[in-house]
Amino acid sequence: MPAPIRLRELIRTIRTARTQAEEREMIQKECAAIRSSFREEDNTYRCRNVAKLLYMHMLGYPAHFGQLECLKLIASQKFTDKRIGYLGAMLLLDERQDVHLLMTNCIKNDLNHSTQYVQGLALCTLGCMGSSEMCRDLAGEVEKLLKTSNSYLRKKAALCAVHVIRKVPELMEMFLPATKNLLSEKNHGVLHTSVVLLTEMCERSPDMLAHFRKNEKLVPQLVRILKNLIMSGYSPEHDVSGISDPFLQVRILRLLRILGRSDDDSSEAMNDILAQVATNTETSKNVGNAILYETVLTIMDIKSESGLRVLAINILGRFLLNNDKNIRYVALTSLLKTVQTDHNAVQRHRSTIVDCLKDLDVSIKRRAMELSFALVNGNNIRGMMKELLYFLDSCDPEFKADCASGVFLAAEKYAPSKRWHIDTIMRVLTTAGSYVRDDSVPNLIQLITNSVEMHAYTVQRLYKALLDDISQQPLVQVASWCIGEYGDLLVSGQCEEEEPIQVTEDEVLDVLEGLLVSNLSTPVTRGYSLTAIMKLSTRFTSVNRIKKVVSIYGSSIDVELQQRAVEYNALFKKYDHMRPALLERMPIMEKSASNGPTEIVQTNGETEPSVEPKHPPPVTQPANQANDLLDLLGGNDVVPVIQTTMPTKPASAGGELLDLLGDLSLSGGPAPAPAPSVPTSQPPFLLDGLSSQPLFNDIAAAAIPPMTAYNKNGLKIDFTFERANPNPNIAVITIHASNSTEADMTDFVFQAAVPKTFQLQLLSPSSNVVPALNQGTVTQVIRVLNPQKQQLRMRIKLTYTLKGSPVQDLAEVNNFPPQSWQ
Amino acid sequence: MQFMLLFSRQGKLRLQKWYVPLSDKERKKISRDLVQTILARKPKMCSFLEWRDLKIVYKRYASLYFCCAVEDQDNELITLEIIHRYVELLDKYFGSVCELDIIFNFEKAYFILDEFLLGGEAQETSKKNVLKAIEQADLLQEFNIGTFKEIKIFLLGEI
Repeated sequence: MPAPIRLRELIRTIRTARTQAEEREMIQKECAAIRSSFREEDNTYRCRNVAKLLYMHMLGYPAHFGQLECLKLIASQKFTDKRIGYLGAMLLLDERQDVHLLMTNCIKNDLNHSTQYVQGLALCTLGCMGSSEMCRDLAGEVEKLLKTSNSYLRKKAALCAVHVIRKVPELMEMFLPATKNLLSEKNHGVLHTSVVLLTEMCERSPDMLAHFRKNEKLVPQLVRILKNLIMSGYSPEHDVSGISDPFLQVRILRLLRILGRSDDDSSEAMNDILAQVATNTETSKNVGNAILYETVLTIMDIKSESGLRVLAINILGRFLLNNDKNIRYVALTSLLKTVQTDHNAVQRHRSTIVDCLKDLDVSIKRRAMELSFALVNGNNIRGMMKELLYFLDSCDPEFKADCASGVFLAAEKYAPSKRWHIDTIMRVLTTAGSYVRDDSVPNLIQLITNSVEMHAYTVQRLYKALLDDISQQPLVQVASWCIGEYGDLLVSGQCEEEEPIQVTEDEVLDVLEGLLVSNLSTPVTRGYSLTAIMKLSTRFTSVNRIKKVVSIYGSSIDVELQQRAVEYNALFKKYDHMRPALLERMPIMEKSASNGPTEIVQTNGETEPSVEPKHPPPVTQPANQANDLLDLLGGNDVVPVIQTTMPTKPASAGGELLDLLGDLSLSGGPAPAPAPSVPTSQPPFLLDGLSSQPLFNDIAAAAIPPMTAYNKNGLKIDFTFERANPNPNIAVITIHASNSTEADMTDFVFQAAVPKTFQLQLLSPSSNVVPALNQGTVTQVIRVLNPQKQQLRMRIKLTYTLKGSPVQDLAEVNNFPPQSWQ
Repeated sequence: MQFMLLFSRQGKLRLQKWYVPLSDKERKKISRDLVQTILARKPKMCSFLEWRDLKIVYKRYASLYFCCAVEDQDNELITLEIIHRYVELLDKYFGSVCELDIIFNFEKAYFILDEFLLGGEAQETSKKNVLKAIEQADLLQEFNIGTFKEIKIFLLGEI
């Protein structure tokens, strides 16, 4: 068999291949030759073949069949073989495969070899890819080599020890004695690797850290070494652009950082040297700046005195003005870390930072943006916002979402005036409207409702924006919501802040209908605009047009739209008397602590389940069951409540009427013929509630005694009370249903209704099976809003199945303790 | 350092050194994606970028890109110096190194790297010492015989 071709020959041949296919063919041929050569156990050419295999592996071809051959090479006595063998091991083997463990013995032997270069190979391989098992087995050998006087081996052993510690942290202790004299070495290689080892140990274990601080007096040693490096003259061996061994300097500074962190004594001991390095280092080349960078990081992290900190920030400020992009990048990153602690010092460089927003480099822009947001405060908000909005206009799409969110946050915190705030929001929506996060829409709406005096101005501006552009969904959604709410202000031309525009009802409806039919509108947006149109039916006079639109969408293909339209239609037909109250102006919303959707206590009733149509609206009972309750509770004298969710009911397409509230006349007993009274607008409850004097305090609330509301046929229902914190007019009642019969009550449903002046919300029950023999209870929460402080009364209906037969019962609950409604 | 890659302007890998345990498949994927990302960058952009959860430092020397992935606490500027030092070592060894040298002598490039870095950290900060070690190891290879006794005597004088 002819000798396998040489490595260089193969490389040359493969490079002549003109196509990928040609190359693949050559490689396959050669691989076949190599495979047969391996099979023949050819010792002479094994090294050459493995080398060729490694080349092909680098090109991307599979080479796993060479793994065992690498092991054979490692075991060989020839240095060439070992060299290639270890290289192959590092490239082809990985610790997930058990094959690598076969190396352990070879490495052990080689660690004790008589030639340092072989020992070096073994240390290198172990330190590069040693698995935890290998490290455990060979840690002793490494530790031995750490104590040798041969600096060539000592430095490698130190880094190998670092790897061992990373893989098996428990072994750290064993290397401790060997570290005793490491820093008294003259050899820079050993010094450097020793510092790395010490850094690793101190970072991993606070005990080690304390030990090195106190017992070994590491800080003075390091300070001394660093001083020598700086003060000593030119040393050709370690010089880089006039600086003596910058690699060692940087590592020492990093170790000093760890030692000085949260430790006054250590920090003080290194103050002088840090100041010296910071002032004396040559800054014309990258090397010097690398050292300064590390120095700044150290100064900011330890307990340095204020003079030193100012020095550090000034260095960063100078970095910002450097022509070298990399330096500017590094400066921005560091400033970002320090802006919280040294806010004022960083503020001084604000204008430079803002200039960096215009840099061409993406990473620099991102950092400048983050830093700018961190620097915004009440004083500079106007100026900063101008720059940031300009940035928002011109930046890449990947930034727009973050920038928009940042702008909203900053505006909310520091807005100098409501008008400015609204203007800023408008600006963001119109320039980056499609990138605004989904959760910003409800937040913005909440913000807008809160600035009561700006409603007319806001709706006008939003309307004008819509006329220009309907492609940006968040803008369109906010705009349609506002037009739905404040359309009357728009049409009546009441704007104070700017020149009121003349717009007719028909024009407004044209715009909203345009949104419904446009291809650009998402289904969510369509939902918004349909609801807005519906709301306008109580604010505009052209009701017929609205009726027509709504009835058309009753047969829309989009199920969500269809359901809404059908129910709005129902509003027009059957419940027309309720419509004005339902479509009343929204009260000011309470802002929840989180960024999530606001928890809106259902007051006037909302035809939209929430302002976040993204979340599936709560499942409700179909409309006919609501009718049942109405009939059941004696016509329309009591306001029924539909439960918000039912665990057993499958999710139907949303859209529902959560609270049927209205001006039903309150009669004493069941009256079969309801007499719809003239709808009067109900005042926004929350506002009322807030303005009324608190009639009780929380202490009294804690003392509301529980009561038994119902106790019949083995089913007992208890009520416990508490006050809802933000609004003292809301009583939170928890019902506890227990079952003393022998069988479980399944399909248990609790329904309740309250008189007209109250409002009720029923949350989902814990389950719908009441276990037998009092083994457990079903709980459900009821929230009752009682702004007029009338005596609380309730009618309840219970349905369940007991031993296969359905049971139904009605009851009145009149025995509420006075504290629950006073 | 987590890994170092050398690749040409056409995206061909010339050297890959991994200091973290990853499967071949993962390595291939990371290499491919990272190479694409870096090749897409414009010449004036800065040498650092965040990629996935890593810090990447890269620099182009003639037709070769030298790219390192470092940890969060690592100093990017000194990493640039490390890259530069490696290039200097290659240059001294090959005499005005060019990409072809690294293609045809890739195993030597690895050997030099392994004398300079170990486990991702610099083991020797003196250029002279690294080159000397390589020279002597090469001599050992030349002899290529069973026992090292003779070589040791020959070399002992130098160590």
